[in-house]
Amino acid sequence: MTNTDLTPFNLAEINVADDSNAFHKLQYGALQRARALELPSFEEEVWRYTQINDLDLSKYSIGAPGGEMQARGLTADVVDAAAVLEVVNGEVVTSQINDPNVSIFTELDDENVASGVGSVMTDAVDIFAEYNHALSTSPLVIRIARNSVVEKPIVIRHATSETDFAWFPRVVVIAEENSEATILEHQVSTDVEALICPVTEITAGQSARLKYLTVQELGPRVWQLASQISDIGRDAHVAVSHVAFGGGYARARIDTRMVGSGATGDIGAVYFGRKDTTLDFRTFQKHDAPHTNSNLLFKGAVDDRSRAIYTGMIRIEPDASDVVAYQTNRNLKLSDEAWAESVPNLEIENNDVKCSHASAVGPVDADQRFYLESRGVPSEVAEALVVRGFFAEVLEDFPIPSIGIKTLERISELLSLEGVSL
Amino acid sequence: MVKLVVEGLEASVGGKQILRGINLEVSSGQVHAVMGPNGAGKSTLSNVIMGRPGYVATAGSVSIDGTDVLSLPTWERAQLGLFLAMQYPTEVPGVSIRDTLSLALTSRGISSENVVGRLLDEALAIGLNPELLDRSLNVDLSGGEKKRNETAQLAVLQPSIAILDELDSGLDIDALKACAERIEALTKNQLGVLCITHYHRLLDYLPADTVHILVDGKIVESAGPELAVELEAEGYSRFLPDKQDANDGVSVAIGGLSLLKPSLVDEDPFADPMA
Repeated sequence: MTNTDLTPFNLAEINVADDSNAFHKLQYGALQRARALELPSFEEEVWRYTQINDLDLSKYSIGAPGGEMQARGLTADVVDAAAVLEVVNGEVVTSQINDPNVSIFTELDDENVASGVGSVMTDAVDIFAEYNHALSTSPLVIRIARNSVVEKPIVIRHATSETDFAWFPRVVVIAEENSEATILEHQVSTDVEALICPVTEITAGQSARLKYLTVQELGPRVWQLASQISDIGRDAHVAVSHVAFGGGYARARIDTRMVGSGATGDIGAVYFGRKDTTLDFRTFQKHDAPHTNSNLLFKGAVDDRSRAIYTGMIRIEPDASDVVAYQTNRNLKLSDEAWAESVPNLEIENNDVKCSHASAVGPVDADQRFYLESRGVPSEVAEALVVRGFFAEVLEDFPIPSIGIKTLERISELLSLEGVSL
Repeated sequence: MVKLVVEGLEASVGGKQILRGINLEVSSGQVHAVMGPNGAGKSTLSNVIMGRPGYVATAGSVSIDGTDVLSLPTWERAQLGLFLAMQYPTEVPGVSIRDTLSLALTSRGISSENVVGRLLDEALAIGLNPELLDRSLNVDLSGGEKKRNETAQLAVLQPSIAILDELDSGLDIDALKACAERIEALTKNQLGVLCITHYHRLLDYLPADTVHILVDGKIVESAGPELAVELEAEGYSRFLPDKQDANDGVSVAIGGLSLLKPSLVDEDPFADPMA
């Protein structure tokens, strides 16, 4: 693919060569499919409650202008890493490997890139994933070697600082058999107009243990339309965690598929909306195999005029017996104008399962606040402490402890607790 | 010398009137016990004084040294010197007792420098496992541990007036003795106590100067500690209104014979709907 003038974002005018290498052939096919698709409407269930109809693609240009890595936000302190990948405005600017068990492929003509991209998301989950397939300029394919333990985190930073720009981060992680690794992916931007459509594909081979943590700190005018999909193999354990703070409209569709017998998927999220942000999560826990577990816990708060949407589906296929699946979403509504919706769902085709779902949207618990106030803690501080505690419960057991602490510090700042010594 | 004055206090919960004119005075160093049958309004009295949401004072006043308490938010009542040891201490996930007490002290303008050490001393003094101090407030604590936790917080915060809402429930005799004696020691240091209880056993270790009998939202008799002993032996029957009186809301004929059968007492006609 050439990065010559591709403005405006109009698929009819985009050309992708289909003859240069295997990856380009993939892109060409995806582009043909994308051209046949229409933008979604909020009338579709999976886009319900969203402002997707306000998305104007013609505002954005496509390209990979690159640039310098600027603020590293919440992950700035994570310096001791097994590998560091930094992608700025669609261009890979840093690719540094410090652990021999980690391999990273970024060249478009590399066979690992062509075979990795689309290996889990064989069919794009929506038009934005198809765009990603067609237009990604900077796919990252990460392999964790068989039987290895990668102790330090692999850090991926995606930074956006160019305005009026659309781009399509793609990360493919292949955790080979009996490997262990932790990956931290960070989406950060300055206050620019941008459309970012990331796709993350995760494969965990037999008995692999993978933690994948995503931190989203995008500016208030950014549209994020992300999808993450994981295939968890036999006796493997994948924990995906999401921290989300920003964006104008920031969506993450998270598919977790327990495909091998004995697979376990943990899906967690901590999110805090303020000002006019909309945070939108769509989760799918799919049990294809017996003896599988999945456990989802999403906790969020909405302040100011922000909105949060959670819809979740647990699907248990007929052959999946001895399954345990949980889905919990709790939202705190911190202002009158904030809004949150939570819709859990179950589809169970097998009798030998243990499933539960729970969801809640409500204000801070009055009894908890009263308890703290009765000790002499002023009302506003008491409320902030209860909110902080609501998140602390999850963040104390976070996959990367230092990120859990940083996240809690950020939440304390948002709650004006920074002057309070805790 | 601090004085809590409750005058003509009426209160309702969920639109239902529970307190029908309470008069009480508790001064520094004194222990006042409030006893009464289930549903008499004992917990409502403690909650309305502290300002728990849902408990509405509809008439009368509560003051500390002349400062109106009822117009203040709960935290200012606490800073004025009130403390409520709760009947059912609320679990607050993710918030530690240490942080809570630090903030409670610093927002009073008192240094919280030594709060961890003081808390540890108090926990050891009343037999509260110090490991529990690292947990979230009241989360996964047994009933007895929660009550000891309340007592330890009381001792660290050193209020001028403490309201104990059935501190004794859920405590075994050793824990009861430890908590009551700790509070008794604080009364020597000018703590005033309003102690709500069903049973005399708490007062064995925290002797009351005055015992009040609360029935149907009113104090029907006040006397010295001997009244609690009498109650233990004879029950509340002589204080209970007959049916006619209860329906009219007329004050109770003290010392009259009760026409109520025990089964009617069990029905709990004045039950606190928030309890």
